[in-house]
Amino acid sequence: MALESLIQLSLATLFLPLAGFLLLIFFGRRLPRQGDWLGTALVGAAFLVSLFIMYTKLSTPESVSAGWTWAVLGGIPGIGAVTIELGILIDNLSAVMLSVVLLISMVVHLFSIGYLEGDVRYSRYFAYLGFFTFSMIGIVITHNLLMMYIFWELVGLSSYLLIGHWYEKKSASNAAMKAFIVNRIGDAGMFIGIMIIFVQFSTFTFDAIFGALSAGNLPFDSQAWLTAAGILIFCGAIGKSAQFPLHVWLPDAMEGPTPVSALIHAATMVAAGVFMVARLFPLFTADALLVIAYIGAITALLAATIAITQFDIKKVLAWSTISQLGYMVLALGVGAYAAGFMHLVTHAAFKAGLFLGSGAVIYAMHAALHKQHDHETDAQDIRNMGGLKSRMPVTYWTFLIFTLAISGIPLTSGFLSKDEILAGTLAFSTLNGHWLLPFIAFVVAGMTAFYMFRLLILTFHGEHVHKERLSLIREVPWVMSVPLVVLAALSVFVFYSFNPFGASSGWLYQALERPASVVPDAIAPAAWSVLYEAISRVHSLVMILSVVIAVAGLALAWLVYQKRTISAEMLARSMGRLYHGSRNKWYFDEMYNAVFVNGTLALTRISNWFDTRIIDGIVNGAGTVTRGASRISGWIDNTFIDGLVNFLANITGAIGMRLRKIQTGNIQTYLVFAIFGFLIITIVLLTL
Amino acid sequence: MVLPEWLAEPGLNHFLVVGAILFSLGLLAVISRRNIIMVLMGIELILNSANLNFVAFSRYGSLSLDGHMIALFVIIIAAAEAAVALAIALNIYNRFGSVDIEQISELKE
Repeated sequence: MALESLIQLSLATLFLPLAGFLLLIFFGRRLPRQGDWLGTALVGAAFLVSLFIMYTKLSTPESVSAGWTWAVLGGIPGIGAVTIELGILIDNLSAVMLSVVLLISMVVHLFSIGYLEGDVRYSRYFAYLGFFTFSMIGIVITHNLLMMYIFWELVGLSSYLLIGHWYEKKSASNAAMKAFIVNRIGDAGMFIGIMIIFVQFSTFTFDAIFGALSAGNLPFDSQAWLTAAGILIFCGAIGKSAQFPLHVWLPDAMEGPTPVSALIHAATMVAAGVFMVARLFPLFTADALLVIAYIGAITALLAATIAITQFDIKKVLAWSTISQLGYMVLALGVGAYAAGFMHLVTHAAFKAGLFLGSGAVIYAMHAALHKQHDHETDAQDIRNMGGLKSRMPVTYWTFLIFTLAISGIPLTSGFLSKDEILAGTLAFSTLNGHWLLPFIAFVVAGMTAFYMFRLLILTFHGEHVHKERLSLIREVPWVMSVPLVVLAALSVFVFYSFNPFGASSGWLYQALERPASVVPDAIAPAAWSVLYEAISRVHSLVMILSVVIAVAGLALAWLVYQKRTISAEMLARSMGRLYHGSRNKWYFDEMYNAVFVNGTLALTRISNWFDTRIIDGIVNGAGTVTRGASRISGWIDNTFIDGLVNFLANITGAIGMRLRKIQTGNIQTYLVFAIFGFLIITIVLLTL
Repeated sequence: MVLPEWLAEPGLNHFLVVGAILFSLGLLAVISRRNIIMVLMGIELILNSANLNFVAFSRYGSLSLDGHMIALFVIIIAAAEAAVALAIALNIYNRFGSVDIEQISELKE
């Protein structure tokens, strides 16, 4: 099969979910079962196509791209003639990402059939899921920045629609708005970055931009501008991938239905940011990458410290997602490209699984609470759970596998990718210093193991707080457990590498070869061969360290929450302020509220005052002055102009009154005048 | 009796002087008489002074018989004019109840 046919096939994967969206949004309510099978089947079909695309693409080293001229703009001032192209690029990166997106989307569709049964907007929910998938695929397969930005915004829109699915709840509609607005902030930076690139190169196409850059053509002939453009474009990823300091929207987005959280956290939305950084990797300078690495490290640490103290099952997972995203960004920042992207792939599977598992738990808790007519107890609070292991075995065992994977325990997919990230980070520091980065990475690895096992133990182990309720809890139906089993299988190492202790020999790692940097050598990151050599030097050490740290975190969680030999309350009390800070998410929301929300309100109040006092004052003042001036000019008009006219009229009248006296009406008088006139004329004529 | 020279042989000037006197008398009548009939008589005098001049110029000037002819026309037209004017005077009397020209000042308004 010709490689070119992949373009048509990838377009099919793009438009199948879109067709699902259009059919469901218009005819969804009239279809049998409100059309859930239609959306699921279309995404399933697209998934099969994407598997074929990935298989075909990975068997050949060439990548294939196609472009269509969309608009020809002649003579833009300052830029010149511009041709805007739309197009598709299928390389290993997009082929792998395409399959991941569609796989997660498909299992989320399947799970949602059970989870959202009887929902008020059931068919609309599936329509939006299809639209979300469509938007994400657009980002993945495009070959230019413009289309990426368009689909980027569509992802923002669809996340808004899905997070606010239960918009009757005030908190849900607020969360949707928050997600949208916070994303806009990052997008603004990204847009400026894209414009810097566009103004210089007059093109949006990746290949053309990279080509121009490697030919030594820099934006505004300055290396600083290139770094700035890279950091600005990364701002988009900060927003979408919930990096510090724009991470605040993601925990609130838990207000959406749980399968949506799985989709957002695993395959779409947050993955978009990481994918974008990977896609544009060649144009980042060493400085920009260092900023990216530090942002990732800060995010990973910050989110992990918060996740430790949360009690809402979905909130813990949300913070762990942010933390893992921090890992991916950190990996990309230090140049461990394949490790970072591989973590995105493996994380997609186990994090989708964790969310769907938590969805199953919430679903079961809800059903049990409903039977008890208990509407007070929070079905998402892990303090109300415990002991679910015996009642929900499938959920428990799959959840255990996901937890092992995210904690980086050997034989799981998470171990492979996390190990590579840690090795990459440490190797980076052996080359460039910045020892804080590997230190944070290792600390976060331990914390991840700790808080994930805390979650697992509090939810599934121990005693349930309410005996009667526990007996009412049932395992979820098959549409919900099958996705869990599929994802659990995909969290095992064999799918990614046959060697459980080395990802670098696996097909995925091989496929994701780091693209060559196109920036000038002086500001380029360390070459891949150099970094790889450093990685292989530290790899064994990192593997031992990471296993030890993960097991230590696991053991600590076991001691605190299972054996209760160390009291959690004691620990919390000994931490004091730190505990409260973490419990309250380090007060970021409060801080943003105080600074930005209240700041904006204060600004509006000031501008309101300015408007009513100064602007209105000026307008009113101008009005008064004009009225005064018009009164003066009216007076001048009445007095002088009209006076002059009246004066002339009066003079004429007066003269007329005088003159009419000679109009006697007596014909003889006239005759006398005529004769005198005649005489005068005669005399004058004769004398002259 | 020896007549002064300017009277010895009556010439053009003599006729012109008589014509001028006649004209002046007619004009005086037109201007000063109150009765409309007297005004018409003044007009007749003016016409006759003109006739006299025509005839005089015909006799002494180069008009030959043309002056006589015109004088005859003037007499005819004067007759017609008198007829029309008297009809007007009669109408004026009917309208205003007076032939006093001072009373008839409609033009003033």
